[in-house]
Amino acid sequence: MSHATQPLGAPVARREGREKVTGTARYAVEYHPAGRLHGRIVPATVARGRVTAVRTADALAVPGVHTVLTHENAPRLREPDDPVLAVLQNTRVPHRGWPVALVVADSLEAARAGAAAVRVEYESAGHDTVLTWDHPGMYTPEQANGGYPAVRERGDVEAALAAAPVTVDATYTLGGLHNHPMEPHASTARWADGHLTVHDSSQGSTTVRDSLAQAFGLGRDRVTVVSEHVGGGFGSKGTTRPQAVLAAMAARLTGRPVHIALPRRYMPALVGHRAPTIQRVRLGADRDGVLRAVSHEVATQTSRIKEFVEQAAVPARVMYASPHSRTTHRVVALDVPTPSWMRAPGEAPGMYALESAMDELACALGIDPVELRLRNEPAVEPDSGRPFSSRGLAGCLHEGARLFRWYDRDPQPAARQEGRWLLGTGTASATYPVLVSPSAASAHAAPDGSYTVRVNATDIGTGARTVIGQIAAAALGTPQENVRVEIGDSDLPPGSVAGGSSGTASWGSAVHHAATALARRLAEGGGVPPEGVTATADNEKEAAASPFARHAFGAHFAEVAVDTLTGEVRVRRMLGVFAAGRILNARTARSQFIGGMTMGLGMALTEGSTMDPLFGDYAEHDLASYHIPVCADVTDLQAHWIDEDDHHLNPMGSKGIGEIGIVGTAAALGNAVRHATGVRTRSLPITPDTLLPYL
Amino acid sequence: MDTIAWTDDTDAAQPPPFGDHSTLTLHVNGSDRKLTLDHRTTLLDALREHLGLTGAKKGCDHGQCGACTVLVDGRRANSCLLLAVAQDGRRVTTIEGLADGDRPHPLQEAFLERDAFQCGYCTPGQICSALGMLGEAEDGFPSYVTAPDTAAADGPVPLDAEEIRERMSGNLCRCGAYPRIVEAIEDVTP
Ligand code: FES
Ligand code: FES
Repeated sequence: MSHATQPLGAPVARREGREKVTGTARYAVEYHPAGRLHGRIVPATVARGRVTAVRTADALAVPGVHTVLTHENAPRLREPDDPVLAVLQNTRVPHRGWPVALVVADSLEAARAGAAAVRVEYESAGHDTVLTWDHPGMYTPEQANGGYPAVRERGDVEAALAAAPVTVDATYTLGGLHNHPMEPHASTARWADGHLTVHDSSQGSTTVRDSLAQAFGLGRDRVTVVSEHVGGGFGSKGTTRPQAVLAAMAARLTGRPVHIALPRRYMPALVGHRAPTIQRVRLGADRDGVLRAVSHEVATQTSRIKEFVEQAAVPARVMYASPHSRTTHRVVALDVPTPSWMRAPGEAPGMYALESAMDELACALGIDPVELRLRNEPAVEPDSGRPFSSRGLAGCLHEGARLFRWYDRDPQPAARQEGRWLLGTGTASATYPVLVSPSAASAHAAPDGSYTVRVNATDIGTGARTVIGQIAAAALGTPQENVRVEIGDSDLPPGSVAGGSSGTASWGSAVHHAATALARRLAEGGGVPPEGVTATADNEKEAAASPFARHAFGAHFAEVAVDTLTGEVRVRRMLGVFAAGRILNARTARSQFIGGMTMGLGMALTEGSTMDPLFGDYAEHDLASYHIPVCADVTDLQAHWIDEDDHHLNPMGSKGIGEIGIVGTAAALGNAVRHATGVRTRSLPITPDTLLPYL
Repeated sequence: MDTIAWTDDTDAAQPPPFGDHSTLTLHVNGSDRKLTLDHRTTLLDALREHLGLTGAKKGCDHGQCGACTVLVDGRRANSCLLLAVAQDGRRVTTIEGLADGDRPHPLQEAFLERDAFQCGYCTPGQICSALGMLGEAEDGFPSYVTAPDTAAADGPVPLDAEEIRERMSGNLCRCGAYPRIVEAIEDVTP
């Protein structure tokens, strides 16, 4: 090998990059097994009720249609591990868009025509799809998403707020948000000799394998799920989705391979989304800005079939010191699609509210917003009292302020104007927890001196394949080109989901241990036998609970221009500085940070989803109405980081980086809009119509 | 109903011509491909399902994302919005047709070099769109941000970052690779 060994952190290019730029990388419905059929879902058109009849005669008469699956003829499933997978099992319609039939046909065209010809009759009951703060169905759950207690209290918040010389009491309202990865959810399923094989667009094919084995009553050794290339997920592919189950059902019934790719406009109802939240934040401080009380109360919604509670009050347990604190979640079950993970669930909406409130407090006190945050740095994690393994927030704020030239700013709002544009700057903090999930890996040495590592990681665009190769190479002391990486197949050693910014820490720890064990065996001498040498390991040590509070931190700075004639907000520049342990690949890490910040820009300014109370449906269900940022929206966007040397994480010293980029971005932009205009909007997105009345 | 012989993956899966099918020829990436297609088949589905060219991606099927962008007679187009039957005789270039033998197109190299993608799903569309855009600018097509006097000059429109951002805004990237995409295109801009 002519290549040199490279230290962890080197900007190594993506292993699958060439396939991606030449169009040869295959995604879930790009495998074309002989005899494949195409499935198309028929979505429910009522928000609550019961299917009384599915009339399939017209659909079956469409040339090319093979069969129509309904609750009457679909294979019976065992109780799935996720209620959203119990499709075509009974007549219940829990929300609009729920699958009530599946048309299976020779071609995409016939499947679509067949689906249009299915007549479904319903008995509909009155539906309730609107979240309100005091909805009579509101209750306090045991836990919020991530296993966090729904309620935490310290001290006496009400008394402390009443006594505080300066207070902020603000309510922030966020609608639903949709993940919309560019590759719609898709599966190709086939059965052969009782073995089910699914190519699935998922963030974790071990998880999907387990779900399918459970639903179809099969041993795990009789199911293989492959997710070799995945066109993004952002949480929506972190759990098994109905198209995988439906494709497997249809393939079983027809005896042929079946493709299902969800139409884009079916996704808001079927793949999870960020639930709407109403968040009341109350802060009480001394005149010097030191917080006495922090109260963050969240009301949110879930569906009738599954409890999912967006943990938006959880970051307030981490961020700032205060002797008195209350963080609570309440939820109401409505006749709506089931919410789920969307990039930084909890932190993204929660930090929008908390960091906007901190800006409101800075304005009320006349203290610089960076300085206010620095004055409230805690010595230990406020909620738990645990020491931080490392806490880089202050460093990020200092470095970001310097790089952005923050202090050039006149704190006076609406003071800078260029022609018809009002200019302003804003800042906000970011945080995201360090998560690790159980994974296993093997490392193999071949007699020719090459190595292979195997772990069921998933590369959804993060660069997982590449960084795993780097971790293995570093442990083996070999150039990374000398290591083959096998991921994306549930027949490999089990890997956790690419979610919660936990992938690299989880898979990487197992890979590091397997590679280290292999290196040790090889160092014992004796050469490599013809069959090679293999070592295996898991990450039990890293996945165990830590005595430390472990979080990544960051600071965002943004400059906006607001058009006084139209109310349009244009982002002039955004700069983020992150402290996320050791960065293992500078090239792919930068892309992830910038990608997260871009999604935060969308959350702040363009992405909005409205629940239509009449139809019980998200109104913006395609990409023409749900506006994700486009190229012209992203101008000067920079990501920087501070390298941390934290020995309480994992052998690589890394924290997760996939989510923190979106956390706080919307608050920084909202705070910049406020600085530019003097107008504080407490809901997102900040579209021209929301600002114009005040300009 | 199962009357079609499915012997292998793509070309053999052609149903026989009848009332709502037609036979047509597409010149795809330099070779003539004769197909008998359902009139409802889009150019995108013809490429992906009938010719095994899955490089063009389906992100929305509604002309809203650009993932399906290919070149038709040298101009970029959303192939999900074109009926294949109406493209008889046209030259279609897809991502699979850009390389010169084993040597990737300079745009493909630039995307690799700049890490101008993450998941890669929008990438073939971005690259084809960029290629089409370079041709449009060369031919003097103005954009929304082109200064009026530049457009009137009737020569090539110089492409700066602002022009590239504007002209590439029909290609969505949910991974947020935009800054790197612009840099990659600047690298090959004359
Ligand atoms: S798939 Fe054609 S524009 Fe989206
Ligand atoms: S690289 Fe994933 S959508 Fe663009």
